[in-house]
Amino acid sequence: MKPLILSGLEPLVITEHTNFVNVGERTNVTGSKRFARLIAEDKYDEALEVALDQVRGGAQILDVNMDEGMLDGKAAMIKFLNLIASEPEIARIPIMIDSSKWEIIEAGLQCVQGKGVVNSISLKGGEEEFIEQATKVKRYGAAIIIMAFDERGQADSYERRIEICERSYRILVDTIKFPPQDIIFDPNIFPVATGIESHNNNALDFFNATKWIKENLPGAKVSGGVSNVSFSFRGNNVVREAMHSAFLYHGINAGMDMGIVNAGMIEVYDEIPKDLLEHVEDVLLNRRDDATERLLAFAENVKGSGKQKVEDLSWREGAVEERLSHALVKGIIDFIDEDTEEARLKYKSPLKVIEGPLMDGMNVVGDLFGSGKMFLPQVVKSARVMKKSVAYLTPYLEEEKSSGNAKGKILLATVKGDVHDIGKNIVGVVMACNNFQIEDMGVMVPGDKILDRAQEIDADIIGLSGLITPSLDEMVSVAEEMSRRKMQTPLLIGGATTSRIHTAVKIAPKYDQTVVHVLDASKSVGVSTSLLSDRASEFGHNIKTEYEELAASHASRTEAKNYISYESAKKNGTILKKEIKIAPPKKLGLTVFEDYDLNEIRKYIDWTPFFSTWMLKGKYPAILENPTVGKEAQKLLADAMEMLDEVISSKSLKAKAVVGLFPAKRVEDDVKITYDENEFEFHFLRQQGKKAPEIPNLSLADFLQPNEPEYIGGFAVTAGIGIENLIEKYKADHDDYKEIMIKALADRLAEAFAELMHEKVRKELWGYAADEEWSNDDLIKEKYEGIRPAPGYPACPDHTEKRTLFNLLDAEKNAGIKLTESYAMYPASSVSGFYFAHPDSKYFGLGKIGKDQVENYAKRKQLKVEEVEKWLAPNLSYK
Amino acid sequence: MKDLINTLNKRILVLDGAMGTMIQRHQLEESDFRNERLRDHSKSLKGNNDLLSITRPDIIEEIHAAYFAAGADIAETNTFSSTTIAQADYGLEDFVYELNYESARIAKKVADEFTSNCPEKPRFVAGSIGPTNRTASLSPDVNDPGFRAITFEELKVAYKQQTEALIDGGVDILLVETVFDTLNAKAALFAIEEIKEFRNLKIPVMVSGTITDASGRTLSGQTTEAFLISISHMDLLSVGLNCALGASQLRPYLKVLSDKSDFLVSAHPNAGLPNEFGQYDETPEMMAAQIKEYLDEGLVNIIGGCCGTTPDHISAIAELAASYEPRKGELI
Repeated sequence: MKPLILSGLEPLVITEHTNFVNVGERTNVTGSKRFARLIAEDKYDEALEVALDQVRGGAQILDVNMDEGMLDGKAAMIKFLNLIASEPEIARIPIMIDSSKWEIIEAGLQCVQGKGVVNSISLKGGEEEFIEQATKVKRYGAAIIIMAFDERGQADSYERRIEICERSYRILVDTIKFPPQDIIFDPNIFPVATGIESHNNNALDFFNATKWIKENLPGAKVSGGVSNVSFSFRGNNVVREAMHSAFLYHGINAGMDMGIVNAGMIEVYDEIPKDLLEHVEDVLLNRRDDATERLLAFAENVKGSGKQKVEDLSWREGAVEERLSHALVKGIIDFIDEDTEEARLKYKSPLKVIEGPLMDGMNVVGDLFGSGKMFLPQVVKSARVMKKSVAYLTPYLEEEKSSGNAKGKILLATVKGDVHDIGKNIVGVVMACNNFQIEDMGVMVPGDKILDRAQEIDADIIGLSGLITPSLDEMVSVAEEMSRRKMQTPLLIGGATTSRIHTAVKIAPKYDQTVVHVLDASKSVGVSTSLLSDRASEFGHNIKTEYEELAASHASRTEAKNYISYESAKKNGTILKKEIKIAPPKKLGLTVFEDYDLNEIRKYIDWTPFFSTWMLKGKYPAILENPTVGKEAQKLLADAMEMLDEVISSKSLKAKAVVGLFPAKRVEDDVKITYDENEFEFHFLRQQGKKAPEIPNLSLADFLQPNEPEYIGGFAVTAGIGIENLIEKYKADHDDYKEIMIKALADRLAEAFAELMHEKVRKELWGYAADEEWSNDDLIKEKYEGIRPAPGYPACPDHTEKRTLFNLLDAEKNAGIKLTESYAMYPASSVSGFYFAHPDSKYFGLGKIGKDQVENYAKRKQLKVEEVEKWLAPNLSYK
Repeated sequence: MKDLINTLNKRILVLDGAMGTMIQRHQLEESDFRNERLRDHSKSLKGNNDLLSITRPDIIEEIHAAYFAAGADIAETNTFSSTTIAQADYGLEDFVYELNYESARIAKKVADEFTSNCPEKPRFVAGSIGPTNRTASLSPDVNDPGFRAITFEELKVAYKQQTEALIDGGVDILLVETVFDTLNAKAALFAIEEIKEFRNLKIPVMVSGTITDASGRTLSGQTTEAFLISISHMDLLSVGLNCALGASQLRPYLKVLSDKSDFLVSAHPNAGLPNEFGQYDETPEMMAAQIKEYLDEGLVNIIGGCCGTTPDHISAIAELAASYEPRKGELI
């Protein structure tokens, strides 16, 4: 017989071998006064917490009932089920839609995407209605609970129970073709020990009917509302809990599959005091005539409050290993020192603590992360606990000094000229969680130093990271050097500008050993594990082949693409509408902002990229409600807000900016500026890809009218002044989470600052759009007039132009930003670029350019052609 | 229907590839999306690809023919967004019957031509029923997670209109595809059941879900197995996965379906993941190499392509599929 299979966000498969299935019953207005009150008072948030408690308490199905006279049951059912759908931890399990009104059941069925259970329908209103309702339930895709109830009333004897169940079963299976495994009978659990003699057999009849159903109606399951049985002992939880568990014990023996039980209201059968159990079973099994009186008398002695709700700190009672694992999985740092100490004493060796309970805990974390059940911010918090524990053990480790048993040594570095390392830090954390030994050389590390160190420590894998395009070339040089040194260490390539195609085409051919591009932190674990497994050479070979194929197909595609000459491209530029004249800037020359109010800046933050930094995919603010990552996104945002508040109030970060607006003259694709008696010249590049008719070959220079008085702006902003101190502090605390957080926030602030400055320029300093009114969302969507392209980005990919821009703005002095040898900005949380005001100006990607333009450009810049080719390598259409 | 079952018992059937990718090649203008009746329509219609079945049927016909010529057994109608819900953006709710009817008719006409030229390889038409642009399980409003922009009932009505027109237009199969919210799909299946009952009709139904990313879940949060369970109450021809991922990223989830499903299994992945320009780069050979893994493992009965695939991709896939046995499954 097929099992009963249900689903929420995840499957629930109930076979004959499944233990009793717990149905959470506190989200029932008829059964829980508290829940009824919360719904009546419209406190759905708290009502959701009741549901969450049930799930965390072990409920495998959640019963929801809104049958209350004073309530609009249908509306309440829809609202509550919709809210549950947005809480992934609750929505994980299947829903039982519990109502005596068909209208409410159907409304509920229209709200659940999974396969739930209808509780319940019956023959009460006759066969026709029964068939109609059951057919619909089947069509909505739910299992069904059938009450032992018919036109004549509710079954109250063994015979009536089996008669009604059999009749219902035959109609369902024979007439409607309802899958028999999806039929669940509720053969009525009635109170016992009521003092009414005809009730004495109530429990026993239920057990016997259950047994009969399981033997005679193939596939059918049995369920019931257990707390009914102890109705007469309300107020005496000790007796009630004993009755529930004894009832379940006998019910399950008879074949009961599931039941509606308050998991907090059951005593463990074996722990019921023997004398109490005997009295209870006498009643349930109707073993003696005076059973009820005896239990009532006995009950007087055992009054008590029953089981208390478990305190949150109950996990502190477990063994030290369990506590460590719990702390790691939940990211709880409060007790880690004392637990680590206890483990150290128990294991007699700090190393054994790391290899034993800590690693076991981190493996759980790694598995949960790998299977998508934990999210990155949680993992980073776990790593923080791990690091703190290891830091505690370190002095003891020093004494012991023995080599670790890690999976392998990985050397990570951000390459020369590049200062970006958020992603690389995340990779380091995630890999350390997966038991790799990580050495991180930091940022701006020259290739030779990386390779020297790799050979010195005998690294198993080298990982290079970079964000700006010149880093791509630096990686190629490192790969070449590795070949020259005849190294065999596999090379991992990662970071925002890197790509599989670039790795395959440019880097892999330079190094005859394995080179792999890893998209993100989660990928790096799998790849590194493979690289260090005994299947490493096979894995390496496959990657190599894959990349060779990729490179070959890339080559064939590049050849197929059509380019036009630079001369023709220039003739096909954008012609600006003559009639639009841009007003001259209100304030020409430089404007410096020494210490801008971060409270102003934060209003301009675009949060979407912040979440993607943390590998949480989705648009803000919708991401906060995302069923999978929403919860984590909310926590992350709360942490970010808290840190922002702290940073702002303690003034530990400072934002500086310089903006300049100048008269300019466009000469072909160059723009000339005279300022303060000095000449400055910007050189722009032009698209050379063959375009469809009437589509221009764009250059930023197009956005100024040739031979007319024109204006252009430049800016450099940073929000990273002072960040080193914060990073130092977090490093000292072994707090990766905060370290990554502050960098991510500083990046967001810098982008926000650029957005704010651009608005200020449009409305005040230049003032060409003094009256514009945009929301932050509009700003993010770039609805305003004019653009602010940055050197090194798609429209003007040449990073070296930054030098001219910085000289013009005197940005080192005015904004406190330095340029590295690769023209990366330091602090990293900085943005610089140009302002173009014409309404026709827009962002575009340069694409590939030809040798003719490169030669012309080199002449204009007074550089060697090879030098230009080096900086523009990713944009060359030729080899 | 008998033809279809017979063929599926014998071999792997090939579904066609992307419609949008092929339409893009024509570099169409606003005028291509208009005809006499739409001349003064107030909203811009460019990009409403489903509309081309009425305004430029020549292009749609040509694309179907190109896919059949490449070896596809099943063409999908150009009706992914032909519901009142999705067409509301263009103000074309009133055109829904015509859109579906015409798209079905065109595809069927081309299919019949190919079948009569080569009767031993019968061609079929699957009516494409997309997810619409609203979700029944998720709120679009962050501040109000209990809010829904669409209800089950509204979806059911819209799907019913679409499905009736597709059936009237002559489709052989109904394909509820790119399911990112299972509740939407359940509404479509509910509507289909009602039509089948009312018309006393038997028509095979395929369902194809979309796993949005490496979390292995649908947009509405279900695991692949939970998705399968949630639609298994219907008598389906096949259940499968399409879109969002390339063939190799899809494989682990397809394996889950293949292991757990009582229905036949289909897949029509994208040509890889989109590159930084939003284009799909995988060549026919690259994609076929990954699909070969499906076939080596015996995971599928029906295979095709989604975003970024072209007749060249389908041709490579069809050639490959011809030399493999279909996944073992029961067919009634």
